[in-house]
Amino acid sequence: MYSKIMVPVDLAHADKLEKALRVAADLSRHYEAPILYVGISSSLPGPVARTPEDFAKKLKAFAQAQAGERGIEAEARTYTSHDPARDLDTTLARAIKENGVDLVVMATHAPGAPEYLFASNAGYLAQHAPVSVFVIRD
Amino acid sequence: MSDDQSALIPDGEADVIDTEYEIGQDNIQPQIGPFGLDIHNPVFLISGLAIVAFVLVTLAFQNSLGPAFSDLRNWLTGTLDWFFLSAANVFVVLCLVLVVSPLGKVRLGGTEAEPEYSYSGWFAMLFAAGMGIGLMFYGVSEPITHYGTSVAANAGSPESWAPLGGAPGNIAEAGKLGMAATIFHWGLHPWAIYAIVALALALFAYNKGLPLTMRSVFYPIFGERVWGWTGHVIDILAVLATLFGLATSLGFGASQAAAGLHFLFGLPDNTTMQVVLIIIITGMALTSVVAGLDAGVKRLSEINMVLAALLLLFVLFTGPTMALLRGFFDNLIAYAEYLPALSNPIGRADDNFRQGWTAFYWAWWISWSPFVGMFIARVSRGRTVREFITCVLLIPSLVSVFWMTVFGGTAIHEVVNQGYQAVTDADLPLKLFVMLEQLPLHQISSFIGIILVIVFFVTSSDSGSLVIDTITAGGKVEAPTPQRVFWASFEGLVAIALLLGGGLTALQAMAVSTGFPFTIVLLLACYSIVQGLRSERQVVKEAEAQAAE
Repeated sequence: MYSKIMVPVDLAHADKLEKALRVAADLSRHYEAPILYVGISSSLPGPVARTPEDFAKKLKAFAQAQAGERGIEAEARTYTSHDPARDLDTTLARAIKENGVDLVVMATHAPGAPEYLFASNAGYLAQHAPVSVFVIRD
Repeated sequence: MSDDQSALIPDGEADVIDTEYEIGQDNIQPQIGPFGLDIHNPVFLISGLAIVAFVLVTLAFQNSLGPAFSDLRNWLTGTLDWFFLSAANVFVVLCLVLVVSPLGKVRLGGTEAEPEYSYSGWFAMLFAAGMGIGLMFYGVSEPITHYGTSVAANAGSPESWAPLGGAPGNIAEAGKLGMAATIFHWGLHPWAIYAIVALALALFAYNKGLPLTMRSVFYPIFGERVWGWTGHVIDILAVLATLFGLATSLGFGASQAAAGLHFLFGLPDNTTMQVVLIIIITGMALTSVVAGLDAGVKRLSEINMVLAALLLLFVLFTGPTMALLRGFFDNLIAYAEYLPALSNPIGRADDNFRQGWTAFYWAWWISWSPFVGMFIARVSRGRTVREFITCVLLIPSLVSVFWMTVFGGTAIHEVVNQGYQAVTDADLPLKLFVMLEQLPLHQISSFIGIILVIVFFVTSSDSGSLVIDTITAGGKVEAPTPQRVFWASFEGLVAIALLLGGGLTALQAMAVSTGFPFTIVLLLACYSIVQGLRSERQVVKEAEAQAAE
């Protein structure tokens, strides 16, 4: 049914994404579809990492940990953005196109600051993406 | 935008500073109504409260504060003029040394970093943020004013405002001096101030891995203390300087747009009109910041550049074209010739000019510098220091020379060769439109002029809000959008409060008073830059040596 699942990850709040991560892993095993974890970094130092290179390393480690823990096939890809507060949704839309993704699983309610950002991003993707978007409520 | 946004930007060697500090560790995430915020605790609260208090006090005592503000401004520029002039000279010299020294090879973002923006997008943004409204406001008025005071019979007397004693009665020499003095204020010195701040911020963010706020620049001096109150004070100063600097130019913009609308369409030119304009334009700035850096700020800056280029070419071709083209080179020579005398901080007789113009400008540029510098830093990753200074110092200075030549040169030509006195007699904000009236199709060109003033206003306000938002979020660029909205609105409010509470004098006084402490901050930053670049070179060399083995 699905051949590649994309899961956008906010590494700063990865602990709050458990539900979406679990659902994505279940679907991945069910359809035997690998998961692509996508992270978006600014080129500036941020809370997660101080260089984009470092950010990419952390995301890769995250994907490997997920693969081991949940018994799935996983890869990671980091995108950099000039203004992550505002162009996250368009960057994710591009990630879908560039990676041949056919299902997106994403959380909409990581509590705290980025909460409404996530909501608006999932909403944007559900509305504009050419593929299925599974929006996971907390 | 370059295409490499989609891929990871390679970093290569860089000397990342080892610190325990985590970006955002001092942030709090309060929930206000439906909005979640993510703000740096003391910096946001203190600068926010200080500004709210300032707006209230200014509005409450509007009539009695005017004289106090103008006294403050006169005292600062009158007593400390030597300090402002010397500091600006230090910045120019340091920039020029960096261009030719081996430190110029350091690349912002590490040896392998690639530029994120094309030259045109980058240049449009830094120019629109850096000078914008000022070029519209002073492009005609400043050369014509300096020319007028220089040629007047009383030039050189203590009451005269002429630069360097002027050239009484000598039309050719006074024109030359007028242009040189204007270019002096818009050339190497202001851009050197911006370049220093921008370079410092970019270096410590991209190469050293510290958050994009002013305090990071002081890591070599204060060490871990920059994360405590030392750093809070520096960041709060940066926020206040940015806000008052921006409000000053928003005030100029509003007064010029109102004057232009009155001149063209007979709309009332009063404080109410200016307040309405500030509100409308702040609304446009809000839309732009909410759209984001690429979709809002960058796009508007590019539109702005196109409009400005059109107006420039229009004046060039309908004005005295050949004289202007020759004038460009003559003015460059005049600038070089008068530069040593104009930048000399001591032992001069032209008090009015040196204190009222030069010292005021330097303080104003410096109060703008955290904002312009941070904005330039944000879009400059991947450039080498040499490339960076060439594009932030030398090219904009040349563009300023050309702009001033075309607008000021045309106005002086109108006065001298056509006996057109109106442009000399008009008020400062109106001079641009009065000059355009002598050229064909002036209704269209004046209208474009007003639009440009307004769009420049918007591009300064939106990029300024992004910058203040990042500082008050402790260097986080992904802070929630309501914070940008808050700061953009407050810039408008501060501009309105200052206009009502004492007019432009109040605006200028605030810009100058925040500029002074920041000058000290910038002098310290010069030391940090040199330290930072040297350690960067060291690491790159070691890595090269290892690779060779």
